[in-house]
Order: sequence, then C-alpha cells, then structure tokens
Amino acid sequence: MTRGRRRLELAMPWIVIFGLLLFWQAVVMVFQIRPFILPAPTAIVAAFLEYREAIMAHALFTLVNTLTGFGIGIVVGVLLGIVIGSSRLAYAGLYPLLVGINSVPKAAIVPILVLWMGIGQPPAITTAFMLSFFPIAVNVATGLATVEPELEDVLRSLGASKLDILRKVGLPRTMPYFFAALKVAITLAFVGSVISETIASNDGIGYLMLQAASQFRVPLMFAGVFVIAGMGIATYMIFALLEGRFTSWATRRQETHFGGG
Amino acid sequence: MNSFVEMDGVSLRYGDIDGTLAIERVDLGIKVGEFAAVVGPSGCGKSSLMKLVTGLLPPTSGTIRVAGHTVNGPLKIVGMAFQNPTLLPWRNTLSNTMLPFEIVQPHRSRLPFHKEEYAALAQKLLAAVGLGGFEQKQPWMLSGGMQQRASLCRALIHNPALLMLDEPFAALDAFTREELWAVLQDLWLEKKFTCTLVTHDLREAAYLADVIFVMSARPGRILATHRINLPRPRTLDMTYEPEFVAILQEIRREIAQARNEGRGIAAQAMAAPAKVTAS
Repeated sequence: MTRGRRRLELAMPWIVIFGLLLFWQAVVMVFQIRPFILPAPTAIVAAFLEYREAIMAHALFTLVNTLTGFGIGIVVGVLLGIVIGSSRLAYAGLYPLLVGINSVPKAAIVPILVLWMGIGQPPAITTAFMLSFFPIAVNVATGLATVEPELEDVLRSLGASKLDILRKVGLPRTMPYFFAALKVAITLAFVGSVISETIASNDGIGYLMLQAASQFRVPLMFAGVFVIAGMGIATYMIFALLEGRFTSWATRRQETHFGGG
Repeated sequence: MNSFVEMDGVSLRYGDIDGTLAIERVDLGIKVGEFAAVVGPSGCGKSSLMKLVTGLLPPTSGTIRVAGHTVNGPLKIVGMAFQNPTLLPWRNTLSNTMLPFEIVQPHRSRLPFHKEEYAALAQKLLAAVGLGGFEQKQPWMLSGGMQQRASLCRALIHNPALLMLDEPFAALDAFTREELWAVLQDLWLEKKFTCTLVTHDLREAAYLADVIFVMSARPGRILATHRINLPRPRTLDMTYEPEFVAILQEIRREIAQARNEGRGIAAQAMAAPAKVTAS
C-alpha cells in the first residue's frame, strides 16, 4: 500500500462524517426544513454551545452509569463465560436461561428495576450491566470451548490441572473473543443506561433528551444524540486500541486500523 | 517383565456396550529406551492406543502399566507431539518451548528463580534441531517444518521418560519429513528416551524404530511385531537398500492382508445380516 493511500484510509472516517454533515446542512437550507422537524448541524452546534455546561454534566452522569454497569458486566460476563466454557453441564444448564434473559426487551425491565431500586443511577447501572454481560459471557465461553483437544492433551500429559490449562491456554486464547465482545458490549451499555434514564431519572443524557423533546427544543435533542454517539465512538476506539495491543498475534494478517477492527 | 510400557489384553470401546470397538485385546511391551512404531491402515485406532498409554483415556478392559505402575489417570512424565504443531500463537518460539517447565515439577517451582538457566536449556535444544536464531520469532513466522521442530522441542525439553508422537511428520513435504527423521533420530540417540511413534508411513517407521507393531483395521489388534535390527545411526541411503526394502514389503503385505480381512468381514456382514444380529 502506498503512503498516500494509507493517509487517505486514516482520513476516510472524517471525510465521510464531514461529507454527511455538509449534505445534511445543504438539504436543510435548500428545502428550508423547519428546525423542530430537522435542525441543521449548525443549529445543533449552537444548541450544544449554549447548553454545554448542562449537557456535559448530564453526559458525565450517563458516562459514569454506563462504565459502572459495563465494569460489572465484564466481571460477571467473564466469570459466567469461564463457567459455561469449561463445563458441559453448566453450558447445558445456563445457556438457555441466558438466551432467555437476553431476549427480554430491556425497556420492559426498567419499570421493575425502578420498583426495586427507585429512579436515577441504580436502574441505569443495572440496565447497562444487563445489556453488556451477555456478549462477553458468550464470547469467553466460545473461546474456551474451542481450545484444540491436542493442546489440552499435551498439557494434561504434563500433569497440568484444569486451572493450569485455563491460565496457560484457555484465557490467552480467548482474548480476541473477549475484546471483540467488549466492543459490542460497550455500545450496548450506552443503550442500556440511556433507556433507563429516559424512563426513570432526573439526570443523564436520556433525561435531558426527554425534557428537550417535551419542550420541542429539537436542536438540543440532537445535541444529546451527538454526545452519546461521540462517547460511544470514543470508548469503542479505546477498546479497539487495547485489542490491537493485547491480541496482535490474532490479527497479524491485517494491519491494525484505528477503530477499524 | 522388564517392559517400560506394557499392555495386557487391552480393549477400548467408545460409548456404551453397543459403541464402536476401537481396540481389541492388544498385548504389547516396549522396553526402556526403545523406539517403537505403530503402523496400520487409517482408522485402526493408532491414536486411541496413544491416548490409552498416556492415561488420557481409560481402557474398557485389560491393564496398562507404565514404569511398573498401573495407569489410571493422565501420566505426568510424557512429552507429546501431533500432526498439528499446536504451538501457542501468542508466545514466541523460545517461550513455547519452555511451556513444560511452567507445568512440570520441580521445574515449575524453580523456574521463577532460574529463568536464565532454563532459557539456556531451551536455546540449546532449539539449536540442536536447527532453530538457533529463531527463538524470538512468533510461531506463524515459521514454516510448517520449523513449527514441527519447535513442537518436538516442546515435547522433549523437560526430558520426559516417554515420548509419544502421533503422525508428527504427516503434514510435511517429503524432503522436510526426511530431514526431521534424522533430527529425531539424533535426539533419540543422544537422550535415549522411550518413544512411541504412530505413523502410516512404513519407511518412516522402519527408518526410526527398533520395533514395529502392525495393527489391523478396526477393531485394532496387533497383527505382527517386527524387530528392525539395522545399525544406528541409520542413513536415508539405507532406506533404499534391498534389506530395508524387504522389510517394508513384508509389512506392506501384512497390512494389505489386514485390510482385505476387514473388507471380507464387512462383506460377510452385508451378505448375512441375520447371522450378525443373532450373534
């Protein structure tokens, strides 16, 4: 690949985003769409600047909820994945249950959570957790369950315990699956916390957007959407970078792209 | 009874009573420091035999003794290598080779304090198989033959009393394979471990082994035992001499016969299904 092409590849995400925004601006101006139907990007930026303190405070609230729920999701997901991935019995018993839990729309659970925990932070963290642990558990389990039997034989005939095999082979081998799951799970965690904030909270981006909607301040709503999207992309890229660092052996054939894997 | 590995009337059936009989009444003995090869048509249970000896599978009936003790669980004195090199892709060649030190006692406890010493051992072995200078390379940077050399090193690094090789050279090209035969022979002549090689390549078996066990088609039985009394170290040129070729032809005849018998039984079964169910 030539250097010019490489640079172009790095610039591509920005070119696409700015192109889209320009197109959006042009459409709004040409067809004179009214701001409460679809505000122009400039109006959204203006709304963001005007309310930036409030937006940032709410965004921080959402971010904290999301990351807390996501953190619990990682711990529970990894532990569940290890149990499911290393025991056939646990797999048979737990997998259907997990699929069942994952199939329930989380918006339907939030009212129950509110009943138990009140409004605000607790249900937001719980919803973020419930959406994020599943892909992690499934991927870790898959990584562990697909360890080559020969490799297991090699280690067992050296006298390795189950824990040894897990530490030396199972977990390192599962890393690519784990990081792939993290990238999915972090975006789902944002979905979870924002859903919960929309339904039952007095803080957070979800609440801010609901308030803005009730007052027809559409540019402010869009500013909220953009902030969520921005936080989602930023956290995704952090995990993509970590993935590149820790599992370069698994992605050796393709170059590590910024947020591309 | 001075055999290191001893199988006495060993049978193995997969699944329940009506499951496939993989191995039927096998008796064999391998002496300390002997190089044994097991050959036979594909699907005759050669690999199952390996798993039985290493204790990875329990026999359905019969007893297996290794080093005087009855096998009733995975042995801890075995090195293994397979057709697939199964190196860990996240470790470099040196670290892959040193894996057994992290598991086997007393190395396991000593390793954190004597890292240099163990690394030197691994480097020496890697150099002996022609991998000097490749210690820091990741496995996927190595060719198939080099990966298999590293896999052999991993199987041998902790000086196991018993080395089990399951078609380790089957996936390599002919030239690399013959090169590795010589490498393996040199290692064996130097260290004199007891070795069992499962293979379907008769030349390989006769070149490397002191004793060859010929197995029948499923269910696997030992049809014949050949002693190869050619002098060591053997050379590739020897494999084209009449004496060597005569040995190969004899084994080949026995395997062909075994295959025909296998087909004959299958044909009989198809011709008279009632009889089979009655028995």
